[in-house]
Amino acid sequence: MGLDIRWPIGFMFSLVGLLLVIYGAATNSDVEMYRRSLGANINIIWGIVLLLFGAGMLLGAVLGRKNPPKS
Amino acid sequence: MQPIHLAWIDYTILIAYTVFVIGIGFALKRYMKTSSDFLTSGRSIPTWVTGLAFMAANLGALELVGMAASGAKYGIATAHFYWVGAIPAMVFLAVFMMPFYYGSKARSVPEYLKMRFDERVRALNSISFAVMTVFASGISMNALAKLLHQLLGWPYDASLWICSAIVLLYVLKGGLTSAIYTEVLQFFMIVLGFAPLAYLEMKDIGGWDMLKSRLVEVAAHPAAAGLIDKGGKTYPPDAWTHAWSPLLAGPAANPMGVGWFPMVFGLGFVLSFGYWCCNFLVVQRAMAAKNMTAARRTPLIAAVPKMLFPALVILPGMVAAALAVTHQDGYRLPPKPLDAAIYQKMLPAVAQATADGKEGDAALQAVNTALGEDDAKTYKLNAGKIAAIVADNKKAPLSEDSLKSRLQDAVGETDYDGVILSLVKRYCPSGILGLALTGLLASFMSGMAGNVTAFNTIWTYDLYQAYIAPNKSDEHYAWMGRAVTIAGILLSIVCAYLVSQWSNAMDIIQLVFGFVNAPLFATFLLGMFWKRTTSTGAFLGLLGGTATSALFHALSNAAGNNLGIKGGYLWTFMHKGITDLPQCLIFPSDMAQNFWLAVFAFTACLALTAVISLATRRTKSDEELKGLVYSLTPKLKEEGQSWILKPAVLGTLLLICCVIMNIIFW
Repeated sequence: MGLDIRWPIGFMFSLVGLLLVIYGAATNSDVEMYRRSLGANINIIWGIVLLLFGAGMLLGAVLGRKNPPKS
Repeated sequence: MQPIHLAWIDYTILIAYTVFVIGIGFALKRYMKTSSDFLTSGRSIPTWVTGLAFMAANLGALELVGMAASGAKYGIATAHFYWVGAIPAMVFLAVFMMPFYYGSKARSVPEYLKMRFDERVRALNSISFAVMTVFASGISMNALAKLLHQLLGWPYDASLWICSAIVLLYVLKGGLTSAIYTEVLQFFMIVLGFAPLAYLEMKDIGGWDMLKSRLVEVAAHPAAAGLIDKGGKTYPPDAWTHAWSPLLAGPAANPMGVGWFPMVFGLGFVLSFGYWCCNFLVVQRAMAAKNMTAARRTPLIAAVPKMLFPALVILPGMVAAALAVTHQDGYRLPPKPLDAAIYQKMLPAVAQATADGKEGDAALQAVNTALGEDDAKTYKLNAGKIAAIVADNKKAPLSEDSLKSRLQDAVGETDYDGVILSLVKRYCPSGILGLALTGLLASFMSGMAGNVTAFNTIWTYDLYQAYIAPNKSDEHYAWMGRAVTIAGILLSIVCAYLVSQWSNAMDIIQLVFGFVNAPLFATFLLGMFWKRTTSTGAFLGLLGGTATSALFHALSNAAGNNLGIKGGYLWTFMHKGITDLPQCLIFPSDMAQNFWLAVFAFTACLALTAVISLATRRTKSDEELKGLVYSLTPKLKEEGQSWILKPAVLGTLLLICCVIMNIIFW
């Protein structure tokens, strides 16, 4: 099927990861809120994880376009 | 439960997700030309995609919510649904059954039944399946809308219609391909949305060893952790932390109330194989793969995340029970939510009790009288807390809001389905909160989309084309596929309202699912592996198996249940006023009753099919059954694949991993 699903997955998680990192950085001083996540700024940490995951998917999609699978 | 406040970031994540799933539907629209593109994806999807979709389509069925609930109730033994239930069945599907489904060029499971047997078996299977998918998606959407209402304070009707509309949009645009593609996105959303929660709660409780020592306390005093439906019972120390040793010690030694035989044979063999190998909802994902090799690898790929999923879905429930037993930072398992109608009865009763100066148990009695017998039994109010509310209210009148929240806290009955959300609320700051909620939403939507795409294929090919309007043009069937997608979603909404209005409806529907599913695998097993099985044998065997399960249920009951909808109602018909059954017909728990029912239904179907087949004449020749029956099908050539990638080898590896998992948590 013409659409490589790695594109939308990659874009969506990169976007959400980026949003989480920005939001995490902006709220870093909010000690009260991060008490819930046991003092860690989980937004920044997990935002980075999501960014990496999204980037990996996009990379896969780029490589997939260069070497189309033989079928 | 107080509604959770969402920040802008949470809404942004929710909206981003919605935009992407709808976007996928629109992006795929231009590829949807024939009915086959729309309903069966034209058999063109990559393996890893069908693999993850295979897993995600099943995920929707209340898995996140339900498995966390069971984790709290039963501990690590819940993992049997994965390591005994799902994995062996998925391997069996890949190695033995997929060649017939895919190789026969059938477009659906009922169509395979028509090729192997005849129209009667197909009609029986497709009608029961079509009804089931509609109800299943209705139940799941009702649960979602209720959840959004309780959790976020969104109106029930709006939640129901909007979520259904989103699913409708992307399924209508991109058909099965769209459902499968979004299921993959949803799969990652669920995993990545809930992984931080699993990490945070494990960190909070202090690691696995700490969790185990707390769960030993839970086993000693289940009621202290809020598991009050266990009554005053106590269990051996390993009941929550070991999967097998409590089962081997007998039904009384484990909170599931199940012995090893019904677990292994009833769940592991009959129910799981019936679901994973014969249910079109999941099999459809593998049938959409691009070739036979890909189709056979689909369930094997799905088995890998499936094996690890307990860490994500069961562990939270276990942590919740462990947190609740010591009330760490004031945590308790969420109480059953009170609704407006109940408050209407309670508030005046509290006011009256205050005015009358009721103290101690008298205060509880006053409130329970106002509630009526049934509601009092449902909510199991805590006497001490009610007395304290009345006493404080006498000192200085409490505001309505504080009265309500304290009354809610006084509810003793646990709302197990709320366990996962109580943890989300406890550990997730804004941001991650939005991500987790989106994951939850994704799981419900993938479930609905899965049901709807299975429903539209069965309706269009197995009912409409087969019996109502054969020999129409392909455009006509493509149009019908779309029309019935809309109809399917509307019917699901109707079912959601039915279930929400009449709570017994849910119990009845789930019972009927059980009756239909339990014998199914026997028919497939005989059909695929014994060429002597005749159409009449299969048809009557299947009917007989279903009737056996209904009869079994009507005659037996589980300990602690009243005779009636939960079982044993036939006795009340025969002897008015009977309240108890002979001991041999009472099972230690609902689950044990259910597993034994499966054992009997399967055996009855197998025996009936075999006997009737031997007594009737075959209607299909060996030539006609080629590609449909094991012994008449030439062995698949697997050349060009390295030996390690052969399904049988991969399947064996998976089973070995599965055995190791079982041993680790023995």
